[in-house]
Amino acid sequence: MDLHFGDSKPTDEERAAVDAVLGPPESAWEGADDRSDADLRWARGGRAARERRDELLPGLHALNDRVGWVSEGGLDYLCRRLMVPPAEGYGVATFYSMFSVRPRPATVVRVCTDLACGGGAELCGAVGARLGPESGVAVEASPCLGLCERAPAALVVRAGAPAALLSPTPPLPENPLARGPGVTAHRLDGSSSNAGQAERSRPGEGVSARPAFEDELGGAGDRRQPQAAEPGDSGRGGSGEKTYVTATLAPAAPDTLTQAALAPETAPAEPPAELAVPQAGQEGLLLLSRIGKVDPSSLDDYRAHGGYTALRTAFDIGPAAVIREVTDSGLLGRGGAAFPTGRKWQATASQPDHPHYLVCNADESEPGTFKDRVIMEGDPYSLIESMTIAGYATGAHLGYLYLRGEYPRALERLDHAIAQARARGLLGDDVLGQGYAFDIEIRRGAGAYICGEETALFNSIEGYRGEPRSKPPFPVEKGLFGKPTAENNVETLVNVLPILTMGAEAYAAIGTDKSTGPKLFCVSGSVERPGIYELPFGATLGELLTLSGMPDNLRAVLLGGAAGGFVRPDELDIPLTFEGTRDAGTTLGSGVVLALDDTVPLPRVLLRIAEFFRDESCGQCVPCRVGTVRQEEALHRIVERTGADAAADIDLLREVGRTMRDASICGLGQTAWNAVESAIDRLGAYK
Amino acid sequence: MTAVPLGIPRRLVEFTLDGQDARVPEGSTILDACRAAGKDVPTLCEGDTLTPKNACRVCVVEVEGARTLAPACSRRAEPGMTVLTDTERTRHSRKVVLELLASSVDMSTTPKVAGWLKEYDAKPDRFGPDAARLNEEPRVDNDLYVRDYDKCILCYKCVDACGDQWQNTFAISVVGRGFDARIAVEHDGPLTDSACVYCGNCIEVCPTGALSFKSEFDMRAAGTWDEERQTETTTVCAYCGVGCNLTLHVQDNDIVKVTSPHDNPVTHGNLCIKGRFGYQHVQNRD
Repeated sequence: MDLHFGDSKPTDEERAAVDAVLGPPESAWEGADDRSDADLRWARGGRAARERRDELLPGLHALNDRVGWVSEGGLDYLCRRLMVPPAEGYGVATFYSMFSVRPRPATVVRVCTDLACGGGAELCGAVGARLGPESGVAVEASPCLGLCERAPAALVVRAGAPAALLSPTPPLPENPLARGPGVTAHRLDGSSSNAGQAERSRPGEGVSARPAFEDELGGAGDRRQPQAAEPGDSGRGGSGEKTYVTATLAPAAPDTLTQAALAPETAPAEPPAELAVPQAGQEGLLLLSRIGKVDPSSLDDYRAHGGYTALRTAFDIGPAAVIREVTDSGLLGRGGAAFPTGRKWQATASQPDHPHYLVCNADESEPGTFKDRVIMEGDPYSLIESMTIAGYATGAHLGYLYLRGEYPRALERLDHAIAQARARGLLGDDVLGQGYAFDIEIRRGAGAYICGEETALFNSIEGYRGEPRSKPPFPVEKGLFGKPTAENNVETLVNVLPILTMGAEAYAAIGTDKSTGPKLFCVSGSVERPGIYELPFGATLGELLTLSGMPDNLRAVLLGGAAGGFVRPDELDIPLTFEGTRDAGTTLGSGVVLALDDTVPLPRVLLRIAEFFRDESCGQCVPCRVGTVRQEEALHRIVERTGADAAADIDLLREVGRTMRDASICGLGQTAWNAVESAIDRLGAYK
Repeated sequence: MTAVPLGIPRRLVEFTLDGQDARVPEGSTILDACRAAGKDVPTLCEGDTLTPKNACRVCVVEVEGARTLAPACSRRAEPGMTVLTDTERTRHSRKVVLELLASSVDMSTTPKVAGWLKEYDAKPDRFGPDAARLNEEPRVDNDLYVRDYDKCILCYKCVDACGDQWQNTFAISVVGRGFDARIAVEHDGPLTDSACVYCGNCIEVCPTGALSFKSEFDMRAAGTWDEERQTETTTVCAYCGVGCNLTLHVQDNDIVKVTSPHDNPVTHGNLCIKGRFGYQHVQNRD
């Protein structure tokens, strides 16, 4: 491969950012400034460098985190280091919405304008107006930030030098102990004083009410988001160099958000994760039992609350028996497709090709979904333990945890948990002294809903554009790096813990015959107590809504998120099971239950769904790339129309929708018409 | 005499194609089987020398038991499979896909599309006059070829031909996302600043004319391009000893473009800059 690189050079900052991820370049062939004598005698690069291509995405993050955008010089340097053709590197950088290849301010404010954050667009405008063009802050509308229980949500990211020790996408360190203590020192937000303050601003008490911590700005520096280090660290050493900081605001108001945009290190801390769990502390929970009780930063506390007993059981009974237990438990994948997990594991484990990989899909980007975030923030070790068990069962020695880029707190906590587990021998060459080697690498997404599709996720990790692959071959046969791969989402994986601790039989007794076990539901919208609810399969939609405080004037419920469907208020007896929702002609999807009261303008919601799919289509296949645009156009035309005036466009929508469902490559295009169709057929929208 | 590579012997796969028994060598696609059976399945992104990306979705067929339609160009025939190529469902999808394409890009120079639009009763105008289109100006930044993305259907063939399937130059890539996705070189600059080596192999595979010879582009603009009056002569390139085949397209005793036969076992249609573009000296008549 004879690659051509232009003349553009990286700045010192960009070079440092890339080198922090990849290590310093060894020769002029891979971008070192000075040519050594050896460089004249042999060429370096080739296969060895190309095998590192999967570090492209971490490298792009490093550039973006450091200077706020990906410049020509920075990108070329990164591509030279990895022997990636610059055209391909550019194609990857422009694929993700969190990267920019044009200069932009160091601080970017992303305001969620998705379904649960109905007022996001106004907030976006208000903050943009307050900041003005001179502020050096870019304000962007964002798809769902996964903070639906505390809507409206916003994420502030200020580019800068990484805070000490915490690199944004850490490479697997040779010496895990080196990072452990440092990370602990940076722990934040779980502190009790913050929890107390946040308590008062519980979102259930009215989304429109201003949060109590709004007037607490300028407080102590410890109330900051993860990557900021010690208090007073941003201006460190008087050099004026800014550090990389993120701040998550939810609920966000124009005042607090403007303030946070100008000085993200002073933003109020996020409330603890358990505030998203109205049932926190309740007896009988299986998946959420530790959230609120366990210190998410403490491995000891996790073990004191029953942690790592499931892994010991797994080692006691062996991989084949683990798969048997999971199969007997009847566990179905919770990511939306409901595929039997035991069968997937068995198929992966039995592949002769090696190595096998385990991938945890934590790219939770379905609008209205936030359950994985709450687990990762409130009980991160449970996911680490589950992944270890899954890896053991499927014969994998490396697990990739693909986390969406919009979850800085989950990243920080998982990062810390993995380092701790590694330091304590719960990850690494010899897990629990059982002679089984397993490690976990976190990969950060960069703003692309499509990367939640399993094969698109593989491409994203491998350093390609996050476009789905056609199936067959299926991932269990040819997945990540072309090797057998088991991919499960977060909720599916954490179900493995109760299966092993209570036994398959007892687990299968929960729920219904076909949908076994507990299920997490993300309730948001017009309810009194939005949050994550854990119920055994079989509870009805009405029971769930009653639990979360159903409004009197309920107009519709969106089940399963933007790719799901609407149901009417007279259909609340639908049992929340895979078979029950299927029989009712709808879907459980990712567990979204978004309640809309009669004040919510339905046509606008449908338009937002269409916009979402148009924005998130990867553009690979024609039905999705053009179909989502035509769908949005038709909905725009009929936004104020009904009856005969809308009939022609509704027919057009049906024809395009049918083709998207039949002929698109992946699930995104295939489901992009579901919600709109159900609104027309079940709710009588536009009648 | 042309050498014909035979390859290793392969087992036959038996399946049902439109109610008829079909037998194809293992590894064949449904499209191969359709062509062997003389069935006409429309294709755009499929090419005879590249692995299809199955992005255009005009060749979709119904496979019994599958939830969605399958691309005939990529789905391999499996024993016992039941395939239907011409049902109401497949015709509907092909029709709408053709409408979606023709409403968003200029397909006037895409061979066969006019016939398919008629055959499937596709009406690209029905999305209304405000339907989003690419509406891009042709990019003319060098004397050899023109990129007219208003005609691009994002079939990925040029990317594959420039990349690891043919040329190994990797000068072009798909950039952006969704409807805004485009083919571009690094940093979306002019071709002259890119890694392009001007082999023209991307033009060779482009199914729509989005990539074309500057000579053809200029003649079309001047209204003098007339394929009826052109003759094609296949000969051997005289520049080096490899022996690549050239097909000279000649109009009014002038070479107007050079292609290469895809069934040539040495080059499969590949040429270098000299073979493809270095013909000016032949017609220097001063």
